[in-house]
Amino acid sequence: MANSTGLTIPETLETMHNESLQSQATFPPKQTEDRPEHPPEIPLAIHDLTVAYHRKPVLWDIELNIPEGKLVGIVGPNGAGKSTLLKACLDLIPKTSGWAHIYGKPYRKARHLVAYVPQRESVDWDFPVSALDVVAMGAYRRLGWFRRVSKEEKDRALESLEQVGIAHLADRQISQLSGGQQQRVFLARALMQDAELYLMDEPFAAVDAATEEAIVDLLRRLSEKGKTCLVVHHDLATVTTYFDWLVLLNMRVVADGPAGEIFTRENLQKTYGGKLNLLETAAEALRHSID
Amino acid sequence: MSSLEDIVEVLLLQNYNTRLVVISTSLLGVASGLVGAFLLLRKRSLMGDALSHATLPGVAIAFAVMVAWGGTGKALPGLLLGATLSGIAGILTMLVIRNTTRLRDDVAMGFVLSVFFGVGIASLQMVQNLPGASAAGLESFIYGKTASMVKSDFLIIASVAAISSLVSIVLVKEFLLLCFDDAYAAAQGWPTLFLDIALLGLVTAVTVIGLQSVGLILVIAFLITPPTAARFWTHRLQPMLVLSAVIGGVSGWLGASISALTPQLPAGAVIVLVAASLFLISMLFAPTRGLFPRFLRQGHLRRKVDRQHFLRAAYELLEEQAGEKEVRNVSFPEATLRDRRTWTPHRFKRILKIARQEDHLEETPAGRLRLSEPGFGEAARVTRNHRLWETYLIEYADIAPSHVDRDADMVEHILGAELVRELERRLDETKISVPVPPSPHPIAGKPEATP
Repeated sequence: MANSTGLTIPETLETMHNESLQSQATFPPKQTEDRPEHPPEIPLAIHDLTVAYHRKPVLWDIELNIPEGKLVGIVGPNGAGKSTLLKACLDLIPKTSGWAHIYGKPYRKARHLVAYVPQRESVDWDFPVSALDVVAMGAYRRLGWFRRVSKEEKDRALESLEQVGIAHLADRQISQLSGGQQQRVFLARALMQDAELYLMDEPFAAVDAATEEAIVDLLRRLSEKGKTCLVVHHDLATVTTYFDWLVLLNMRVVADGPAGEIFTRENLQKTYGGKLNLLETAAEALRHSID
Repeated sequence: MSSLEDIVEVLLLQNYNTRLVVISTSLLGVASGLVGAFLLLRKRSLMGDALSHATLPGVAIAFAVMVAWGGTGKALPGLLLGATLSGIAGILTMLVIRNTTRLRDDVAMGFVLSVFFGVGIASLQMVQNLPGASAAGLESFIYGKTASMVKSDFLIIASVAAISSLVSIVLVKEFLLLCFDDAYAAAQGWPTLFLDIALLGLVTAVTVIGLQSVGLILVIAFLITPPTAARFWTHRLQPMLVLSAVIGGVSGWLGASISALTPQLPAGAVIVLVAASLFLISMLFAPTRGLFPRFLRQGHLRRKVDRQHFLRAAYELLEEQAGEKEVRNVSFPEATLRDRRTWTPHRFKRILKIARQEDHLEETPAGRLRLSEPGFGEAARVTRNHRLWETYLIEYADIAPSHVDRDADMVEHILGAELVRELERRLDETKISVPVPPSPHPIAGKPEATP
């Protein structure tokens, strides 16, 4: 499977382009009558967002409108501010200017609508908790102060683990899980929150092929249910197969829109600058060696 | 030396003079076991150390102030209040250094620790020279001393310990989330700053009430040692908290008792040594993460691997000698077996010794080796499992035959009976009907007789 999608950018580009022309949504969504169950506001609207660490700007003038029910990939080189963008939306780091609204509300009033999947390396996995304990953390907000995790919430946590295919590992201490399984635990924890918008920081980083497939499956199921997923992603080869909406980021938004339209050589060149040439050369060389 | 009667009397709290001290130190141990567990999991142990050292100036200043107001200057509540305030000042200094400069945490902590301690020692010296004041005994805050205690002091220490324990139990879910994943906690809307302050507040409380009995230099060990020891026994938070509290409590109880019986030993050192002994026992013998059980498990696995290698080598040797005929259990010279694998002479000798002990190997009168009856059966079984696994890898996992032997070697040792049956079911029936199927690849040292 990996071989068929690996590094054949021009091919997938073409097929995805055709597909996206058919499924291309008018955007921003004006047709409120099509989605009456949701408020007219969009899942994530970012305006004029600038973030700086120690006077060094990391994100500049970000202007984004993420449509509902889409699987959105955030793609860009290292240090492009992809994780920072998610963290700024979640109020985890201060914004120098601008705002990010979730369904028309600032984040602190829309927390129940958002689930966050941090990078796997951000925590110490040699922590004395089981997989189920970690997943149950997704219910802490619902439970509120002082209340213990109830039997119902434990059952829900088990269901979430079931959805990512590792219910049998519920009682396993988290350090005894593989990298892919740890990532699934994080996803299950996000599922517990029953959110509308999922912000995921590199869920595909260093996971096995089976996990990658399981995650993609899960993302598709979420987006079929009308949930919106923002996924920080690294692997250019799989971008167009996984996502139907793209944000190309390198401190500024280089381009955003339907994946097929946005994923062009020109845009990638703008995003990655000189770095893409290197990637291209590598891809070219690989393609030759396969043929 | 104390008599047995004295020892029993102190340990069982029958001695009025030491009863309050022993009880309060035990409660302190329970509290520091609980609070210390979260401090450890939050990876802020050093901060606790800086905090405890930062209490010393407060003790000296409080003494001076109380003397100025006309007291003896040794009222415990006043001294502890001073310690608390200067401890908090130490933490604030640390936070200011960290947040306004680009210095790292450990630099800020080291700075606060040493500067505050230095100021404390200097001011202690100065207040000793105050007219009309006797500061003798204040040094006990540095090393700890279990002198007898008045009831009001006891009540302060006991109630602060009890409240700290209670708060950390009530906030266990919130602290767990904070310690494991603070970014996620913040994203969920938990006030992580407030929780951090609450945790540091608990650490401050336990440190301050520990000053008198354990002393400020060693109180950090009292916070860190019990949870570290407890971690060896369990992979879960709740049992770890319970164990940590128990280890802390027992250390306090035993340590305070011992130091009450031998007043020339500083109490803090004794208490910490008791805790350290419990830590050492945990590190060596705890079944979950202890060193000894781990070595045992590794040794066990190694022996198992050795046994399987030996049996398979012997069986393949017999197979070779039988050629096309049925494999029979005949004797062979030791050297032939030894040369089949790269065993060191020492290891080979040990393998043979274990094989004899397990009744897998016999010696013929002529000095040759022969598998015993059970050994031969076991060898056939081991070889069969190995070949099943190899076949499985070749057929289903697409591994090149030249690579398969190595992989099979690594995995077969953990093949359970159930998996073997599953393999048998999934593999070609005709191959399985033979007791030991032929190797799916040429065996090293054996001419390619059977394709």
